[in-house]
Amino acid sequence: MPEPHEPAEGAIAGTGAGGAMDLAASEATTLTPGGPEGGPGGTGAAAPARSLWSDAWRDLRRNPIFIISGLIILFLVVISLWPSLIASGDPLDCDLANAQKGSSPGHPFGFNGQGCDVYTRTVYGARASVTVGVCATLGVAVLGSVLGGLAGFFGGVWDAILSRITDIFFAIPVVLGGLVLLSVVTSNTVWPVIGFMVLLGWPQLSRIARGSVITAKQNDYVQAARALGASNSRMLLRHIAPNAVAPVIVVATIALGTYISLEATLSYLGVGLKPPTVSWGIDISAASQYIRNAPHMLLWPAGALAVTVLAFIMLGDAVRDALDPKLR
Amino acid sequence: MGRYVIRRLLQMIPVFFGATLLIFLMVNVMGDPIAGLCGDRKCDPATAAQLKKEFGLDKPVWQQYATYMGNVFTGDFGTAFNGQKVTELMSSAFPVTLRLTLVAIVFEIVIGISLGVLTGLRRGKPVDTVVLLLTLVVISIPTFVTGLLLQLLLGVEWGVIKPSVSSEATVDELIVPGLVLASVSLAYVTRLTRTSIAENRRADYVRTAVAKGLPRRRVITKHLLRNSLIPVVTFIGTDVGALMGGAIVTERIFNIHGVGFQLYQGILRQSTQTVVGFVTVLVLVFLLANLIVDLLYAVLDPRIRYA
Repeated sequence: MPEPHEPAEGAIAGTGAGGAMDLAASEATTLTPGGPEGGPGGTGAAAPARSLWSDAWRDLRRNPIFIISGLIILFLVVISLWPSLIASGDPLDCDLANAQKGSSPGHPFGFNGQGCDVYTRTVYGARASVTVGVCATLGVAVLGSVLGGLAGFFGGVWDAILSRITDIFFAIPVVLGGLVLLSVVTSNTVWPVIGFMVLLGWPQLSRIARGSVITAKQNDYVQAARALGASNSRMLLRHIAPNAVAPVIVVATIALGTYISLEATLSYLGVGLKPPTVSWGIDISAASQYIRNAPHMLLWPAGALAVTVLAFIMLGDAVRDALDPKLR
Repeated sequence: MGRYVIRRLLQMIPVFFGATLLIFLMVNVMGDPIAGLCGDRKCDPATAAQLKKEFGLDKPVWQQYATYMGNVFTGDFGTAFNGQKVTELMSSAFPVTLRLTLVAIVFEIVIGISLGVLTGLRRGKPVDTVVLLLTLVVISIPTFVTGLLLQLLLGVEWGVIKPSVSSEATVDELIVPGLVLASVSLAYVTRLTRTSIAENRRADYVRTAVAKGLPRRRVITKHLLRNSLIPVVTFIGTDVGALMGGAIVTERIFNIHGVGFQLYQGILRQSTQTVVGFVTVLVLVFLLANLIVDLLYAVLDPRIRYA
């Protein structure tokens, strides 16, 4: 039912002055495709104007927490793609003569134990954290929702087996699993860390996806589709997935922040990322040895890490508030 | 009730074997279990073959697992890299970590639930906003950063505590490490309690309790809190396992010789027996904690009955 919403906007656009027209026009362009948030549904279905997604998008745009965290994340993504935009130096260009020095002109954050510029390394460190967080979340979300969704939809033996497998994974403490698995890895790329997070993270999302598919499956419109002879794949993709994906997105967004934090923790324990990869976790770990004499070496990367995790968790919170009106 | 417990115990069996097998495979297949025995140099092939034979490592993995589990059930967890019995390491390490975890859980319950009730009852007020922001900040700072900062400030700068814990690890030495270990979960408990209290505050039974003239304190503690605690208890129960596993980081910062310390050493020295043994016990603790949580439901909410 697109009628109740869009004509009203049209009316404003028609009668309003220039400013109002711009606003209405931009609103109309963002709303007609069902809001950008419609994408993750993966259905390509043209949602009606007042779908859950467009409703959520309207809420989000008015939520200052969403705007602030969104801007921080946008900034992080930009500097992880093009760190040289705001840092001219080379993070691996170090001079031991400068080791542990405080801030000086041109080097606002001072130098670390190896005499590298802390500011440059903090800027370049964003890339590792953002890559790990985004890739791990995507992997976990895809694997978890496919496995969990199928188990929830088909039920029976596979569901029972999958549930027991998730139980097994839940019983292993994450940091511990990371230590055991990653301690034998010698590669210094980000991929082993991401692979490990996907391996131990998917059960959390599969449990969420399973529950939400089971709820969606019992709806009348799914029964109707079944009665009309819809195939399993059509029911899953067209009717169930769009209505079951919201909780998955919420949990995945919040998990993204925790994955970034986990990467830093693993790097601190010496099994996460390894030099020459520039990462906040590695820098914090190295700086922790000199914390008495030169706390600035620890505070800057730790601050950057905390702000990043905070931004993703706040984003997840805002998305949850928008997608789950019950909690308001 | 008895039948329910038995059913749950039976359900725990596949999970227990699955989780231990998983760790066993990770340690054995991924790493080289005898590499640690030759120190920093590589073992020469003849010694390696001899060692493999001695420890039964030339047999198929499933057979090794079966032998290991058979030994575990007779109380033999094998020997660590330095020849000490793993059970000896456990008897020195587990009491320390248990104390640390208990301190952390007490912090979670006392501070977390009080803050949650406080904010849940004053939703939208300044106190609520401030506490909510604080919990977000605490959640976003990784534990090891909180730990290092508190160690620097309280231990080194202000000298309130000793920066590293002695080998006895008494409870008063573990207060700050326990707070660090609890910090992230503490924030989650606060948020969970807050949501739960805010949801139940408008429930019929609360209105009834107020209407029949019960004092506010009684309404909150006897009616509202008891009914709001179920999700919180679930969280704390599953958190026991996470806390004991997460103690690796806290124990490393404050130099506490507990489970995390022994595990870290075991992994560094590639001592299969130590790692698998400690993880086996941790998995058992996690499963039992979950069972206790499920049984606590019935205490908190008499509507829940176990057939």
